[in-house]
Amino acid sequence: MTAAPDRLVASLAAYDGPPARLMEVCGTHTASIFRNGIRELLPPGVRLVSGPGCPVCVTSASYIDRCVEAALAPATTLLSFGDMRKVPGASTDLAGAAAQGGDVALMLSPMDSLKLAADHPERTYVIAAVGFETTAPAYALLLDEAVRLGLRNLRLLTSLKTVVPALDWLLANEPGLDGFLAPGHVSVVLGSDAYRPLAEKYHRPFAVAGFDAESILAGVLDLLEQRQAGRHAVHNLYPTAVRPEGNPRAVAAIGRVYEPCDAWWRGLGVIPGSGLRLRPEFAGFAVPFDDAAPDRDETPGCRCGEVIRGRCDPQDCPMFGTACTPRTPIGPCMVSPEGACGIWHRFHGAEGNRA
Amino acid sequence: MSARRDDAIRMVHGAGGQESAALIGELFASRLSNDVLARMEDAAVLPVPGAAGSELAFTTDSFVVTPYRFLGGTIGSLAVCGTVNDLLMMGARPLWLTAAFILEEGLPVADLEEVVDGMARTAREADVRIVAGDTKVIGARAGTPGLYITTSGLGVREPGRPAPSAACARPGDVLLVSGPVGDHHACILAARSGMDLPVPSDCAPLVGPVDALLASGVDVRAMRDVTRGGLATISGEIAASSRCGLLFDEASIPVRPEVRALCDLLGLDPMVMGCEGRFVAVVPAADEEKALAALRSHPLSAGAVRVGCFEERPGVRMRTALGTTRFVEALSGEGLPRIC
Repeated sequence: MTAAPDRLVASLAAYDGPPARLMEVCGTHTASIFRNGIRELLPPGVRLVSGPGCPVCVTSASYIDRCVEAALAPATTLLSFGDMRKVPGASTDLAGAAAQGGDVALMLSPMDSLKLAADHPERTYVIAAVGFETTAPAYALLLDEAVRLGLRNLRLLTSLKTVVPALDWLLANEPGLDGFLAPGHVSVVLGSDAYRPLAEKYHRPFAVAGFDAESILAGVLDLLEQRQAGRHAVHNLYPTAVRPEGNPRAVAAIGRVYEPCDAWWRGLGVIPGSGLRLRPEFAGFAVPFDDAAPDRDETPGCRCGEVIRGRCDPQDCPMFGTACTPRTPIGPCMVSPEGACGIWHRFHGAEGNRA
Repeated sequence: MSARRDDAIRMVHGAGGQESAALIGELFASRLSNDVLARMEDAAVLPVPGAAGSELAFTTDSFVVTPYRFLGGTIGSLAVCGTVNDLLMMGARPLWLTAAFILEEGLPVADLEEVVDGMARTAREADVRIVAGDTKVIGARAGTPGLYITTSGLGVREPGRPAPSAACARPGDVLLVSGPVGDHHACILAARSGMDLPVPSDCAPLVGPVDALLASGVDVRAMRDVTRGGLATISGEIAASSRCGLLFDEASIPVRPEVRALCDLLGLDPMVMGCEGRFVAVVPAADEEKALAALRSHPLSAGAVRVGCFEERPGVRMRTALGTTRFVEALSGEGLPRIC
């Protein structure tokens, strides 16, 4: 252990301000907090709760159903990221669609689809375009290439979401959140200034942090110091990757291809302006899907919706570690490597207690 | 239950993690079990009728890796290493192998030659002979034609040799690993996704390192080769078989920087990444230095280090670099299909 984390651990232990519930918005932060055992280092009265920043966790069941349908269609391949495979839809998941003979292929990058589509013009390639502002620019660049190459057999089945409207909704509905560890990757695209209007409107501090233990410790400490001093600034503690203005080219690429729409967040409901849909001029690439359509009710007893708004911990759910495990996930938060329930289970065990 | 009767087999059932263990335990073991199979070791150790003292070690393994050629080996060298290493882990000297080939229609003969040449070379390195074989050809399937190899191996454990078993770790014992973990997994993953990763597979027969360790006079309680499931899963299985717990020390886990970077990029955990030329050994704490010196005397295990110690409290945990503690889960899900 280097000296810097040592000092941060000591400063955290010495915190004597008011109690605080801080939300880490992004699943990658949640995973790192658990991998490094950072909750053990929090002073009494300070809690970290997980937010809605795992794209897989907030994707609606009806979207999964639409993906399964695409995978089972003739001469069609569904391309998805690996963590989508086990997200339950109404009747089955993508792994189940593959077992039924559907063509489901994993992609490491959306760009993988270009060669496939060019090599197999007789097949249609449907890309499960899920994610936040971090992945949206890649789909925009993909469509640029598809247009340039004249590919007619690529489609996007889009359920992209945007973080700032979701945080706005959370702050309006969850008054008990005292500060936010802003998502690192999203901030690379949006810039740290993107959170200033929220910090002003709701008087809550934001800290943009990277993903290693030291960066997260520094972020938590910054939020606590701001809270103690009654400040609500946006501090960028990840300046090597995040600029105040973000990445204007990536933001422009999103705007060129996508327009905002209302979107359904699994466990939360419809959040106005929190989705992205292809602009009319790209309609030829779109698999029709209404991302704002009300979803079916969650499985009775599943508390994923409360977990991702910071109301309860995964272990407070009666199904956690019993009916719902990483091998037999019921709620989406147990499926994804970035989902809060899956992370708790992996690093704290089936009882959700500390190791 | 991971595989109900109305389910179909999924790729995850072959990934070597919790789902594979459930399939083996609930479907195979419940139907086929006997006192030898029930030990669930890397190889069965059997008495030789009429020869007091010596024991036979017997095992089998199938290889379905894609691509069948990769940096540092082929499916042929892998098929020898996997079976030889399983015999070695029981303290046996590998002697004879059989090889059964399933070839897909359209497989280039030049590729098959390369694979079999690799097998022959690795068998010479491991000082084993391939003494029987079988060949079948099946119709072309979608994609590039490939091949599958099943090898079975027979070895002898001579009287007086240590008899390591996954059930013999005790609280206080230390866990050693013979070198950096995850190289083979990362190499295959990079090859499959067209990434340029300058890390060859660690695929190797472990005859030399195991001989060095056993010859050092150390009381070797258990050995396992770190294949599918990786360090976390394999070591966790030793802890579970031995009815004790295990505490890893995060700072000591050897992972090459290139492999670490690939894992960070793809969200993988090196603790569950497979190897084909690494093994763990459990020795009493008092023997640690002697065991490490013996391992480090051989080039294939020059990077041997202690990564954890066994304790009374059940479960597998990690002491993090910050001094905090968390659970270490066995591989769950696919990780990466078909790495061996």
